[in-house]
Amino acid sequence: MQLADELRSEYARLVTRRWFFRQCGVGLAGMALGSLLDGPKAFGGTPPAPASPLAPRAPHFKPKAKRVIYLFMGGAPSQLDLFDYKPTLAKYNGKPVPPGVVMGQKYAFIKPDAALYASEFKFAKHGACGAELSETLPHLAEVVDDITIIRSMTTDSFNHAPGQIFMQTGATQFGRPCFGSWVLYGLGSEAENLPGFVVMNSANGLSGGVALYGNGFLPTVYQGVPFRKTGDPVLFLSNPAGVSPAMQRQTLDLIKELNQKHLGAVGDPEIATRINSFEMAYRMQTSAPELMDISKESPETLKMYGAEPGKPSFAMNCLLARRLIERGVRFVQLFHESWDHHTEVVKGIKEQTGLTDQASAALIKDLKQRGLLDDTLVLWGGEFGRTPMVESNPDAGRKLGRDHHPQAFSMWLAGGGIKPGQTIGETDDLGFHVTKDMVQVHDLHATLLHLLGFDHTRLTYRFQGRDFRLTDVAGEVVPSLLA
Amino acid sequence: MALAIGVPWGTFSVVAAPAGLPPAATRPVDFAKDVQPLLAEHCYSCHGPEKQKGDLRWDERTSAFKTGEHGPIIVPGNSGSSRVLTLVAGLDPETVMPPKGERLTAAQIGLLRAWIEQGAVWPDSLAVAPDPRRNHWAFKPPVRPVVPKTHNRKWPRNPIDAFVLARLEKEHWQPAPEADRATLLRRLSLDLTGLPPTLTELDAFLADRAPGAYERQVERLLASPHYGERWGRHWLDVARYADTNGYEKDQPRSIWPYRDWVIRALNSDLPFDQFIIDQLAGDLLPNPTLDQRVATGFLRNSVLNQEGGIEPEQFRVEALVDRVDTLGKACLGLTLNCCQCHNHKFDPFTQKEYYQLFAFLNNDNEAFAEVPTAEDVTKRAEIVLKVQELEDKAIKDTTNLPARMAAWEQSLATPQENWTVLQPKDWFNFATKFEKQPDGSLLGGGDLQLGSVMHVWYETQATNLTGLRLEALTNDNLMYGGPGQRGRGSFLLKELTVRAWPLVNPTLTNQVKIRRAVADEEAPGLGIDKAIDGDNDKGGWTPTRTIERRNQNHYAAFEFAEPLGFPGGTCFEVTLHETWDDQTKLDCHELGCFRFSATTNAGPLTVDPLTPAERQLLPIPAAQRTPDQERTLFSVFRLHDSGFAELNKQIDELWSQWPYPPTTLVLRARAQPRVTHLFTRGDRLRPAEVVTPATPAVLNPFPTDAPRNRLGLARWIVARRSPTTARAAVNRIWQEYFGLGLVTTPEDFGTRVETPSHPELLDWLACELMEPTVEIDGTVAPAWSLKHIHRLIVTSATYRQSSRVTPDAYARDQFDRLLERAPRVRVDGEVVQDIALAVSGLLSPKIGGPSVYPPIPASVGDTVYGGFSWPESKGDERFRRGLYTFWKRSLPFPSLSAFDVPSGETSCPRRARSNTPLQALTTLDEKTFVEAAQALAMRVLKEGGTNEVTRADFAFRLCTARLPTASELDALLKFWRQQYAHFENDTADAVEVALPDPGKLPPAVNLHQAAAWAMVSRALLNLDETITRE
Repeated sequence: MQLADELRSEYARLVTRRWFFRQCGVGLAGMALGSLLDGPKAFGGTPPAPASPLAPRAPHFKPKAKRVIYLFMGGAPSQLDLFDYKPTLAKYNGKPVPPGVVMGQKYAFIKPDAALYASEFKFAKHGACGAELSETLPHLAEVVDDITIIRSMTTDSFNHAPGQIFMQTGATQFGRPCFGSWVLYGLGSEAENLPGFVVMNSANGLSGGVALYGNGFLPTVYQGVPFRKTGDPVLFLSNPAGVSPAMQRQTLDLIKELNQKHLGAVGDPEIATRINSFEMAYRMQTSAPELMDISKESPETLKMYGAEPGKPSFAMNCLLARRLIERGVRFVQLFHESWDHHTEVVKGIKEQTGLTDQASAALIKDLKQRGLLDDTLVLWGGEFGRTPMVESNPDAGRKLGRDHHPQAFSMWLAGGGIKPGQTIGETDDLGFHVTKDMVQVHDLHATLLHLLGFDHTRLTYRFQGRDFRLTDVAGEVVPSLLA
Repeated sequence: MALAIGVPWGTFSVVAAPAGLPPAATRPVDFAKDVQPLLAEHCYSCHGPEKQKGDLRWDERTSAFKTGEHGPIIVPGNSGSSRVLTLVAGLDPETVMPPKGERLTAAQIGLLRAWIEQGAVWPDSLAVAPDPRRNHWAFKPPVRPVVPKTHNRKWPRNPIDAFVLARLEKEHWQPAPEADRATLLRRLSLDLTGLPPTLTELDAFLADRAPGAYERQVERLLASPHYGERWGRHWLDVARYADTNGYEKDQPRSIWPYRDWVIRALNSDLPFDQFIIDQLAGDLLPNPTLDQRVATGFLRNSVLNQEGGIEPEQFRVEALVDRVDTLGKACLGLTLNCCQCHNHKFDPFTQKEYYQLFAFLNNDNEAFAEVPTAEDVTKRAEIVLKVQELEDKAIKDTTNLPARMAAWEQSLATPQENWTVLQPKDWFNFATKFEKQPDGSLLGGGDLQLGSVMHVWYETQATNLTGLRLEALTNDNLMYGGPGQRGRGSFLLKELTVRAWPLVNPTLTNQVKIRRAVADEEAPGLGIDKAIDGDNDKGGWTPTRTIERRNQNHYAAFEFAEPLGFPGGTCFEVTLHETWDDQTKLDCHELGCFRFSATTNAGPLTVDPLTPAERQLLPIPAAQRTPDQERTLFSVFRLHDSGFAELNKQIDELWSQWPYPPTTLVLRARAQPRVTHLFTRGDRLRPAEVVTPATPAVLNPFPTDAPRNRLGLARWIVARRSPTTARAAVNRIWQEYFGLGLVTTPEDFGTRVETPSHPELLDWLACELMEPTVEIDGTVAPAWSLKHIHRLIVTSATYRQSSRVTPDAYARDQFDRLLERAPRVRVDGEVVQDIALAVSGLLSPKIGGPSVYPPIPASVGDTVYGGFSWPESKGDERFRRGLYTFWKRSLPFPSLSAFDVPSGETSCPRRARSNTPLQALTTLDEKTFVEAAQALAMRVLKEGGTNEVTRADFAFRLCTARLPTASELDALLKFWRQQYAHFENDTADAVEVALPDPGKLPPAVNLHQAAAWAMVSRALLNLDETITRE
């Protein structure tokens, strides 16, 4: 082993032992490097203070909201059967749309002269604010004074994937960061043992795919981390078979020791970041399963949400969303993609409100009773709306459904500086077009960022020679939404 | 006011200059000296490079001389009719120019007036005003700079070092000492091949003390077939390669032959100019090879939407937007996409120039090519030969064949009817969206639904239509050219029905009775009668059921029982019931492209079973035909003569063995180029002026004699005078070696680019790529050789520095822009996995082939649209290099995307390099990494000597290329003993930890030891050093 000894000592000679480590070993947490948050710095000047890209940061001005829970209703719920009551539609039920009304809009599946179709649900006014809701939302009716309904949303795309990507990233094409990534980039995370941006899904797969929670051109640390309903809540969270927690700790101690020695030898602070990453991974191995275990929630809470331990559901995800934000997670994105009711919209709406109404309302109640609603933004909505015309197509076995409708749809918001107890915006008598207080997707984003303390024109990231933002080159804050 | 508002030029009448216009200057006026400065000062801010209010710009002659909505802006020789003077003189009560800021003085207006009256001479040389942005360094072709002299003459090994050292000396900094040899070989191996050195390779290098030892390693690694994998993966980032379509259903696509082509091209050091030409226009080269056609997959890597209800044209246009973006980032190092909606805010590119580039790429069909293996080619030739033999035998053996064929030919001699192509008035298909083509056909795209029903509406004034003809047409955009939409291009028409009503009274709808139908070909049992038998669901007509005559036009005629047509015009609806054929397993699908014609000829109607080429043979007298010609006609005849049923069956049997090799996506130029419009604000629904192919004015001129197609474009991109192509290419290579490029934004060399760290070095390398000068072993590399650039970089002293960093050095140059050391770089995601597989001995060295499906947790399916299918690979295929992992855009492979492997949605010339807890979880617990640790443990026991020290040394060295220090060794051994003690008391744990399959115990292995080594191996595979290029 002569050669081995020689090599060992050669390496040792090259190492200026420990000097660097003594300087850098303390306060490793502050050493987390590798952020290109401000792009590569010009050389020669003062080195930038190393900061973790996820360290909490103050926004442009004092925020009303500190975190977000976004209930994304993929597939596009029918606003006409939930929020946007159209008595006139009943009058013309079954008659073709008057020419002129459609104004050149293309539809995905139906012809523009299809017959009008009035909602088969009853609507009633609720709460002190008198918001009008369909009978399928009895639980939301109980918290209607805590939310704002927007009936005047409009969007650019009438296909699911581009529509969802637009709603999430402000562009219909791939490649841009999603809303959650922008928020994490802007505010950092307060969660010590969990990712700052968590994604959960309770229904079908996502038309828009990972782009809906992707970091786009932002650094990878800002991407949403899916929590899974089966298997490990976070991928690769469990130790390999036969490795106990104690053995895992021993392993991590060895890795840490060797990484520290190497940091001492080569001096690259990136190794300190690696050490931190492993330590956080270890903490997540405990904290994520603890988070997912809702069995210790009170029976009242479980009942309020309609959640059952061990049974993945939208209700469970709403409850988990509350647990996540309690632990400092900045952004919780729930997906529930089951609203694409091209056929039998009555049946579909009943099923999906049955799965979501109670828990959505419970989330509002629960946040409120815990004092979290004031600084937590909650959003509910899909990627576009549905047509006032009926979709029926014997070729495809479709009847009494509704097609995609980008011109007008509804969403609701709550908490975090939103003015509660109001309904804003109006559509025409048939529900085709917004006639008052139109809110475009970029306006919604501008408003949400405003509540989080950002001037949406200044939350930017330099990429390809241009300063990109969530709101592209548009977006106006909607004053009537603000408390 | 007698202004010439709206008066056409032809009837223009001279009008007197209005009162109040200041007198014209009397001296000769010079545009450059007198006029242009005026325009620049007063007009450019609203009518210049940044903004063009009223679509007018004063910095461009063509714009200034056009006619505005109030008439001509400048009328040479006639100042009174020149709108510009009216406005600057304030003579229009509505408008004055400039609207804000200082007005022109009377003297200035007089100058302008004189200039117009003297003929408004605007010299060619100033047709476009000089724009300071055009002086940006990166828009000028690189000129080879002089290699600088340095004080330290000993350190530089080649010109790269001279540039780097000169810069360091300016700061009075010193380069770092050379890295130790083991580190160097690991660095070199990872950089050139993406794989760590084997211990044999390490030992050989360490033992080679002769001069040139390092260079010999460089040559060995440059010649390794893994070089193409490592650098090919980098190009695939740029090319946004992926194995699925992207949106929603995110269906698989077969384009891995393009990936393999990239690997082969780099391994053979295909010159970079040819590399680009092949990818942009390989199909347009004279006699293109299969490889050159496969290379055009580069542009085809765009995402594709197949969602139900989409407009296919929308997503075709979006794909083109992506292609222009990729062309800019990948080839030119420029971001052009801003100009999709407006002129570039920062760079001197106009929106029009964007669409002129777009026009180069707008003329293709989205075709695909088969990539047969040699075996496939042989097998196909065999089948063709056997069919010919059978046919020749039949020709020889059949009595009275000439007479029978002659009669048949006679019946085909002249087409029987006059058919008029019908233009569809409207059409509707539940899912597949059809778009009308200029020839009256409908071409399907978008979602490809099973079992579709197609409705087409026509209007006619004729009153005596006797029948319809269906033409099922081939089209490059269809699988195998169609005419079926999917599969291999066959279709099945279950039923065709017609309803008609008078235009004057749409309520009088009649079902049109079809009394007879005839088709050019019929598969046995699936004749045309089945398409008019009243059953929409069962049976149907398909012309073919084998490769024979499958992918060609087919025809069927439908004869009405009574002539159709109402006085005052008729509307009729043709309904096609089609399906993916799950009954007969014939792989038939919907029609992808078709049209209808009508006739008024009396029946019986006929259709032509001959292709145009076959028809050309008819006039040749039978006796004068060659055997090939005779056989060609016979091969059609036998299908129409009941006497050959048995022969046809035998031949069908042969054709059914036809091998269908892998396919890949390619471009195929359209016979008729598309018309390209500028889209107002980038919106394809707002087409504006028509543009033709041209390149941005600020870049190198497009040669006047070059074709204005993709080939001309490709050659323009790699012209010697292209300012950015070579710079972008060498910069990307530099970035991969040093973590950051000389220009830190490899996709953007525009005016907003950060100053390069070493501008002269960048230009020197760009020139050296195009025109090599440095001799190595007495020879000069060929032009555009990428390996030459790699060789220069890795043999430089700059590259060979140690990567250790002191706090001072870190403080003064955190990102190592001045290269006073070598950077430490965490390897790419694929290589993280490759290292684990390589050191454990699991890695399959196989190069190329279809993408593979390593294990993935089932729970990832939660978020995948339409369910999740992952046909997990078996055996060695599970342990292929990371770059072969099947890349699903909507669900990138988790253990790779955790390490920043790009999604493939858009071109990515620069990867992020993050450092996250998810990465830690991946390398600690992901199945492949766990198996690698187990396999490494077995290797340690087998090859690592006989005691714990030699084994620890062996494992550590495999992972890091060096031996552990004494204290590192202590830590490893302490851990090993701790684990071993545990496993000695817990054999069950030991079995689980040591073995991937606890059911399969290997012979002659101490499992307690193996488990302890698996724990050590797992720790080693997770070291920062293991996944870092030191």
